[in-house]
Amino acid sequence: MLRYLASRLMQGSVVILLVSIGTFSMMHLIPGDPVDLMVGEAQVTQEQLDMIRKKWGFDRPVHEQYFTWVANMARGDFGQSVVRTGVPVRNMISEAAVVTAKLNLLAFFISIAIALPMGIVAAVRRYSGFDYAIMVFSTLGLALPNFWIGLMLIVLFSLLLGWLPPFGLPSWQGYVMPVAVIVANQTALLARMMRASTIEGIGEDYVRTARAKGLTEGIVVSRHVVRNALLPVVTVIGYRIAFLLSGTIVIENVFALPGLGQLFIESVNRVDYQVVQAIVFVLSVLVVLGNLLTDLVYGYIDPRIRIG
Amino acid sequence: MIQRETVIPVPYRRSEFTRAWRRFRRYRPGLFGLCFIVALVIMAVIPDLLSPHSHIYIFRGMRGAPPSWSHPLGFDHIGRDMLSRTIWGSRVALIVGLLATGISVVVGVTIGAASGYLGGRVDAALSRLVDTLMAFPVLVLLITLSAVLGPSLVTVVVIIGVTGWAQYARVVRADVLSLREREYTLAARAAGAGDARIIFRHILPNVMGPVIVLASLGIGGIIILESALSFLGLGVQPPTASWGGMLSDGRAFILIYPQIAIAPGVMISLTVLAFNLLGDGLRDALDPRQKDVSLDR
Repeated sequence: MLRYLASRLMQGSVVILLVSIGTFSMMHLIPGDPVDLMVGEAQVTQEQLDMIRKKWGFDRPVHEQYFTWVANMARGDFGQSVVRTGVPVRNMISEAAVVTAKLNLLAFFISIAIALPMGIVAAVRRYSGFDYAIMVFSTLGLALPNFWIGLMLIVLFSLLLGWLPPFGLPSWQGYVMPVAVIVANQTALLARMMRASTIEGIGEDYVRTARAKGLTEGIVVSRHVVRNALLPVVTVIGYRIAFLLSGTIVIENVFALPGLGQLFIESVNRVDYQVVQAIVFVLSVLVVLGNLLTDLVYGYIDPRIRIG
Repeated sequence: MIQRETVIPVPYRRSEFTRAWRRFRRYRPGLFGLCFIVALVIMAVIPDLLSPHSHIYIFRGMRGAPPSWSHPLGFDHIGRDMLSRTIWGSRVALIVGLLATGISVVVGVTIGAASGYLGGRVDAALSRLVDTLMAFPVLVLLITLSAVLGPSLVTVVVIIGVTGWAQYARVVRADVLSLREREYTLAARAAGAGDARIIFRHILPNVMGPVIVLASLGIGGIIILESALSFLGLGVQPPTASWGGMLSDGRAFILIYPQIAIAPGVMISLTVLAFNLLGDGLRDALDPRQKDVSLDR
């Protein structure tokens, strides 16, 4: 286990290093000088320009800028926004992250609670009407773009029925439609996986043995089939949790929610270097850490992985 | 060496294809997918012949006007014919879906094969590269790249293609690792075949099945990505008609002209559905041992 842990940690840190280089160089390819953008139409002398450059460190060699940036990021100092001066990037990100996290965690727990039982029942009653309905639902759920589902919900519940606010977060009701859209998508995916995994489990020899020794069907399914069938689904859930924070950019845009996705799009459009860089980096590191954690948990609950 | 060529019975290949087609035909939804895609391709090739009006002509005084007999889907927010724009939109969706997938497949298969066949340090380095690429949340990466490079059709195709190859590389690498050790590879080597010949004649043909399945299942996801980018204003730029861009207009005017948001969304959904069903059918036909893995990221 220790060796497995060490090797995964090693790989993870190499990936984070590469991610930081990737993010940094991507941002430095953006056409347009950030200082020009800051100054805008204002009349400034060359001297003043140089002073601003110096203050923000744009006059130093690229590799030096990179090391300063990495060192600051590691200390949790994401710098100041160049465009919206005076606001620390960290504050902007943490404020927006609260909205995004609420949205996603809520949607995630709801979809797990719905999807796993759905998948298991569909698998146990394979070829039944219920199974058929689940498969149709999940096929559609994977094909319909979630932002379009969102638009249609707005038409139905805000425009026609007038029950829910179409945009923003005037009250908790603002969360209802975005959460519903994410739940629909997640449930489609997870129910399908759980079903496939359970069907595979039902065919195993140890399940036949369990039946042969006279256990009731309920116990066979809950103790022998589902426990093993959960393994691959747990991995997918783990991998996706990390992706969730970023997966809702478009949804936040549809419903005009002040989350990370909105902040990101806004910063991209305003060429706000520091913010974009920080968001991309933070999200990627979250993905790496999430995957690492999932691998470790998986290695712990399924010994075949770490030994094999 | 030359004589070995003649040992391969030529008709066998055709019967392999026929058998795959028979298996594919049994899956009705897959056939539906195929038919829909064929119709879509025709639409994308000759949109000017099929659409009743110009897709960029602005009908004066018809902003957001409701459907009528000569304009069955109504007008958009500046008075263009929705039906014609929806038909023209198929072009962008297919171009991006097919070309970007093509780029991803070529890059992914090459890197995966090199990684699996060469092993050692090359494999370790390439595997970290794949991990890194997979660590960037796709849409975040695409939005940043599109903003950096300037959004356009070409940009969208290239960035989706160049960032999407990691999954192909993973699958191909794993398959090549096992195929490398097979008896027939050993036999080929014993007969004096070089690396290139072994890779291209003995290993790659055997990984193409899973790759084709993965690609057809991936096209739907790419079409959704493209429309998401256009929806955010970072994809194909107006006045070119793209379904995602039309949905973006639909969102802006959702409380005044809700009908703008309907047709493009229906088309995206049907197209993605068609490619997913085709992929399911192909999986049954080409790669029976593969399980139902959803490749959505």
